[in-house]
Amino acid sequence: MSGHHQHGGGTAEANVGLTRFAVVGSPNSGKTTLFNAMTGLHAKTGNYPGVTVARFEGRVRLGEQTVVLEDLPGTYSLDPISPDEQIVVDVLDTEHHNTRVDVPDALLVMLNATTLRRSLGLLAQLLQTGLPSCVVLTFTDDLARRRGSLDVAALSRAIGVPVVPVVAGHRDGVEALREAMAEHRSWATPVVLPPTDTAEVTAWVDSVLAAADYSLPDLDHRTRRIDAVLLHPVAGTVIFLLTMFVFFQTIFTVAAPLQDLVGQFFGWLGELVAAHVHIGWLSAFLSEAVIGGLGSVLVFVPQIVLLFILIALLEGTGYLARAAFLMDRVMARAGLEGRAFVALLSSVACAIPGIMATRSLPSANDRLATMMGAPLMTCSARLPVYILLVSMLLSADQRVGPFSARGVVMFVLYLLGAVAAMTAAAFFKRLTSRGVPLLPFYMEMPPYQIPRLRTVAAEVWTAASAFLRKVSSIILATTVLLWVLLNLPLRHDAELAAAGVDTSNEAAVSAYVLDHSYAASVGRGIEPLFEPLGFDWRINIGILSSLAARETFVATLGQVAAAQTPEDPASSLRTMRVQSGPSAGRILFDAPTIAALLVFFMFALQCMSTVGVMRRETGSWRWPAIAWMYMFVLAWVLAFVTRTAVAAVW
Amino acid sequence: MSRRRLASGSEVDTPTTVTLADLDRAQRAKVVGYGDEVAGSTARRFFDLGIVPGIEVTMVRRAPLRDPVIFRVGDYEIALRAAQARCIHVELVS
Repeated sequence: MSGHHQHGGGTAEANVGLTRFAVVGSPNSGKTTLFNAMTGLHAKTGNYPGVTVARFEGRVRLGEQTVVLEDLPGTYSLDPISPDEQIVVDVLDTEHHNTRVDVPDALLVMLNATTLRRSLGLLAQLLQTGLPSCVVLTFTDDLARRRGSLDVAALSRAIGVPVVPVVAGHRDGVEALREAMAEHRSWATPVVLPPTDTAEVTAWVDSVLAAADYSLPDLDHRTRRIDAVLLHPVAGTVIFLLTMFVFFQTIFTVAAPLQDLVGQFFGWLGELVAAHVHIGWLSAFLSEAVIGGLGSVLVFVPQIVLLFILIALLEGTGYLARAAFLMDRVMARAGLEGRAFVALLSSVACAIPGIMATRSLPSANDRLATMMGAPLMTCSARLPVYILLVSMLLSADQRVGPFSARGVVMFVLYLLGAVAAMTAAAFFKRLTSRGVPLLPFYMEMPPYQIPRLRTVAAEVWTAASAFLRKVSSIILATTVLLWVLLNLPLRHDAELAAAGVDTSNEAAVSAYVLDHSYAASVGRGIEPLFEPLGFDWRINIGILSSLAARETFVATLGQVAAAQTPEDPASSLRTMRVQSGPSAGRILFDAPTIAALLVFFMFALQCMSTVGVMRRETGSWRWPAIAWMYMFVLAWVLAFVTRTAVAAVW
Repeated sequence: MSRRRLASGSEVDTPTTVTLADLDRAQRAKVVGYGDEVAGSTARRFFDLGIVPGIEVTMVRRAPLRDPVIFRVGDYEIALRAAQARCIHVELVS
């Protein structure tokens, strides 16, 4: 932690002293494609200090020397209106330099040949920084296909800096750029800097376009024909819903068997260790805490890989902008924009990919607001908890009209989760936008493209490796800590026998160990806090253990109840009674308590993996701490209200 | 053309101020300026997006839920919400 604070997520320390190139350009200028083509799998992600803006950096070999390439956030202007754009300005500000970010030695300015008029305005601002610059001209193939034209050499003369055309998927352009980068010390600089006054900038752009013999490309008929279908009020809506259905199914259903495989592998590994290590506690520690913990980290990898394949495809084809266009009106109600929909939808599978999906949002405030709401969506880990509690609350044959009452309650839980997530996002969007003028909404509709395999692969790799490097330690630490709490102090057979426990009955032994563990002490210690909700120390142990993963609650409760049938803990739980206190003798899992538990799990951030990934995406502990606190308070208050209400009517 | 909305600004403009939000599908117009209510930073952003006085804009299509709307600005397409489109004053091109 300590050293990392100075250098945004720790991506920079190792690169001190190397020549730094910054890639600057508007969204859809081919910036990310170029960055991935140059750095491949050597890219690292981190965060800029203090803000929710991801930082991408990678090393590139140029013959003998190694240089650093930094992919700055996409921007249309150096007059910032968002934290992401402010970062670009801070990094490029050579005069009042912010010491927490490294100033680049040279710029690679991305210009999209098909939107050259608009792109030159940004170039005019970038040349004002006085940094050595080289223009990377992209989409010249599109320009030719749409019968536009441009004289590259004349463009270079007109703006006064080198221009290298690079076409995605063609290595020769990238090679030419490498050669140009190696010579960055001798790059031409403009004799006269472009103007700053808006009217003069327009005149400068006109003169550059005229000098470069630029002719405007035709309309992109291919894109127009595809849009006629994909944005059609009826067909477009149906295709959108189908796309989102497939998207969700992939993360939810296709990932499940892969996750099971990961789970089984670590289960097998754990047994293997247990069979070869004969010191009881060590064997349990290694197999359950360490290997189990590793398993609980890697179990997320299939979802993350699938999610980023899908997002890279949606983004790479240009469909993400269309989906956002279709959904914008709905998301605008929460103060967000259309693209936040994908993140919230992913959160129904799991908040981990959901929070990582916020990367596709261009505005830092939108990312933060979406992250604050996303964990409230009903994720798949809540499902086993809900199923257990709902089955204890209602019998299978109870009906609401023609529907099973259990089904109705489950539906309501999902619905409330979505409403809560949107409301929380709207609240945090308002909170973070206080005092700043409302940002104008605009979204470029890029022409459709065929996504590059290399770009997809690089994005998936970057996301998965960043997750493993930055989040695994948090998840592993949580698992180990909880194991210690739930299993220590150690009990010897003699002690167990003295307490009247049948040492040959594993369920009885584990129940005794758990009932007298540190976790039990914690559970008893926090009893006054949860007593108003009807939870006793045994439920508190379950809540504590669910911090590792919500579904652990079910197993822990089963263990607490010394269930003879671990697959069906509900039956033994139903008969449990409160042991002490004012309500001693009451059935522990009565309807008000179950309802309160359901509401508690709906709102509480009982998932350290989510906290960890939030820490990683926002770059500090501040936002995960705020998220955990607000959700806990919300969960407690609403669970109390629910308990009181249910107790009154039941 | 239908005049569904008038510019909300109270400038001394004639009451027939046309904005981007008034355009029907495939209708073309030339940007003349921004409304008085537009903050300086927003005006600058419109400029950086290429929505500059003199540029020709075509309304391409409306989202199924009516908002936002895609416009063709010079050489590219951009989606704007009605709130922004209303701030951009235009004159129709026949």
